[in-house]
Amino acid sequence: MINYDIIQKLVTFFGIIEGKLMSLIHLENIEKVYDTGEIPVQALRSINLEIQTKTFVSFIGPSGSGKTTLLNIIGCLDKPTDGKVFVNNIDVGMLNRAESAVFRAKTIGFVFQNFNLIPVLTVYENVEYPLLMLGRIPLKERRSRVLRLLEKVGMTDQKDKYPNKISGGQKQRVAVARALVTNPQIVLADEPTANLDHTSAFKIISIMHEMTNEFGTTFIFSTHDPKIVGEAEILYTLEDGAIVNTEQRKAV
Amino acid sequence: MKMRNLIIIAFRNLFRNKRRTILTSSLIAFGVVLVVVFGGLAISFKSQMIGILTNTAMGDLQIHRKGYVESIDNQPLHLTLSGTELADVEKMLNGMPEVASYSPRIKFGAMISNYAQTSNIRLSAVYPEMENRTVSELIKRIKGQITSPDEFLKPGEILVPENLMKGLSLKIGDEIVLVATNKDGSVNAVTLRIAAVMENVFGPSGKDGYIHIQDGQTLLRMDQPEIVEIAVHLQKFDRLNGVFEQLMKESDQPESSIEVHTWEQLSPFSSITRIVDLLILVVKFILISIVLVSILNIMTMSVYERISEIGTIAAIGTPPSRILSLFLIEGFAIGLLSTFGGIVIGIGTLSLMNLTRIDFTFGQMDISLAPGIPAGEVFWIAVIVMFVSLFAGFHPAYKASKMEPVDALGHV
Repeated sequence: MINYDIIQKLVTFFGIIEGKLMSLIHLENIEKVYDTGEIPVQALRSINLEIQTKTFVSFIGPSGSGKTTLLNIIGCLDKPTDGKVFVNNIDVGMLNRAESAVFRAKTIGFVFQNFNLIPVLTVYENVEYPLLMLGRIPLKERRSRVLRLLEKVGMTDQKDKYPNKISGGQKQRVAVARALVTNPQIVLADEPTANLDHTSAFKIISIMHEMTNEFGTTFIFSTHDPKIVGEAEILYTLEDGAIVNTEQRKAV
Repeated sequence: MKMRNLIIIAFRNLFRNKRRTILTSSLIAFGVVLVVVFGGLAISFKSQMIGILTNTAMGDLQIHRKGYVESIDNQPLHLTLSGTELADVEKMLNGMPEVASYSPRIKFGAMISNYAQTSNIRLSAVYPEMENRTVSELIKRIKGQITSPDEFLKPGEILVPENLMKGLSLKIGDEIVLVATNKDGSVNAVTLRIAAVMENVFGPSGKDGYIHIQDGQTLLRMDQPEIVEIAVHLQKFDRLNGVFEQLMKESDQPESSIEVHTWEQLSPFSSITRIVDLLILVVKFILISIVLVSILNIMTMSVYERISEIGTIAAIGTPPSRILSLFLIEGFAIGLLSTFGGIVIGIGTLSLMNLTRIDFTFGQMDISLAPGIPAGEVFWIAVIVMFVSLFAGFHPAYKASKMEPVDALGHV
């Protein structure tokens, strides 16, 4: 098993010496083509991207513009047809499936549009699950981390409920807690507010903001909801698989 | 992730669709009950059959002079054990603690006559006391006034088989004449009184009668008993193979004049026990098929219903090996629960049968089944079901572990 902590420290060390340390996320000429039928579909075209730590980033664009594909590639869930992806200075294209899983467990948290909580686990257990994947975290520490996160997202009193007993907004709050419980450097959220009402959507975005400030996590979310677009610090607009506009905003 | 956590998740997953899990488990449990109950009945029937066969006539083992069994149909009288040979065999048997008793016999063919009609008869000339100790159920097959089991025959008496009694219109107390040819070819006859009727365990057939060994000697003009067969009864039947091997070692010596056979090698009815074993095997195969199909079915459905969930757990860092383990545990857990339930119900059913007992007649044998199943057999049933559960669950589990997270997450 690869020890990413050591690799990361070595990479950081040599990067500082050489003065060319990469950003948290570094994408070079990313191309993605889906060969689903007779006509290949070009989902991403020549994407070059640098995302720094502790930022609040949004990908916007119409359906089919490549937002989800880009998030999947950054999240090591998918591989580009061409180009290089460095996350936290690791060339993730070189990782096999098992190594990718370990890397994701340590580095990346996910928030999904449909919440994707595990239905047989309680709210508490859903948040605890990623910690169990990391292994060797004592029960006491696991408990303290889970309860802290549940408190941050305002779900402590619901911790023993199963997902089918809580509302959509509450489910997404639990999903945010689950994404943050391993202290990842990056949280990727694909349309996190798409299935929520206006109030719940703002609550989720607000929680994500707080977490960025408190834990220094980089939040990257995709959306086509104009109401929450304005919350991002950096806004990338995608069209037909290409980044057509980058907008740097002041920190919110 | 600790195995305990995987087990907890696996068990909870099983009870997502309670009705389906209960139906599948019931089917597997039914299969286990079938094997346990059928196995218990069959094993009990088999041991009763063996008990009746060995305790009524054959003994557990038989010792003959080398070459006798090969020509057993001719009942040769020149292949006998006498003098020092007989003494050596008796000394060997007396020195074996596993041997409870033995009975030397002179077996030969003769003619039986009521002075008007004649028929042939197969005779065993025995020491009544030794015979009774060796084949203790024999006494139950004798119809007539017997003063004592150890004296079911006295010199001058004969036990005539049922169908000869009818065929020659004989009755107890009648006088008959036995005519036999001895090993030198000379013919001799003795007059004997019918003491009782011999009943054959397999119904009114066969022509086996009994006389006292003294009358056998007289009829065959033997100065001393020339023993054709020694039936051996063991303290414990399950020591049969051990004792047989020990005796075989002796008989394999170049200077040895004896051959040893178990009841199984001598009785045509041993095939019944083999049929019973075969039936148990068939029922086990049915069980394996039930488990295989049930678990393969439920686990395949489970994987296809949870593709998106598999994508989620893979995305948040569950390695493929743990996804494989999770689904394997689910399949194994169904097998485990069903086996436990099936064994409890099966043993409970056998206990109820034991209380009520099952009595029936097979041929002339009164069989009273007290079904029970050895712990080892139950253990192997459990092991088979567990193994098949793992085997059946492997393909769906492997499929789940090989899913690409991005494809699984996109599944609707």
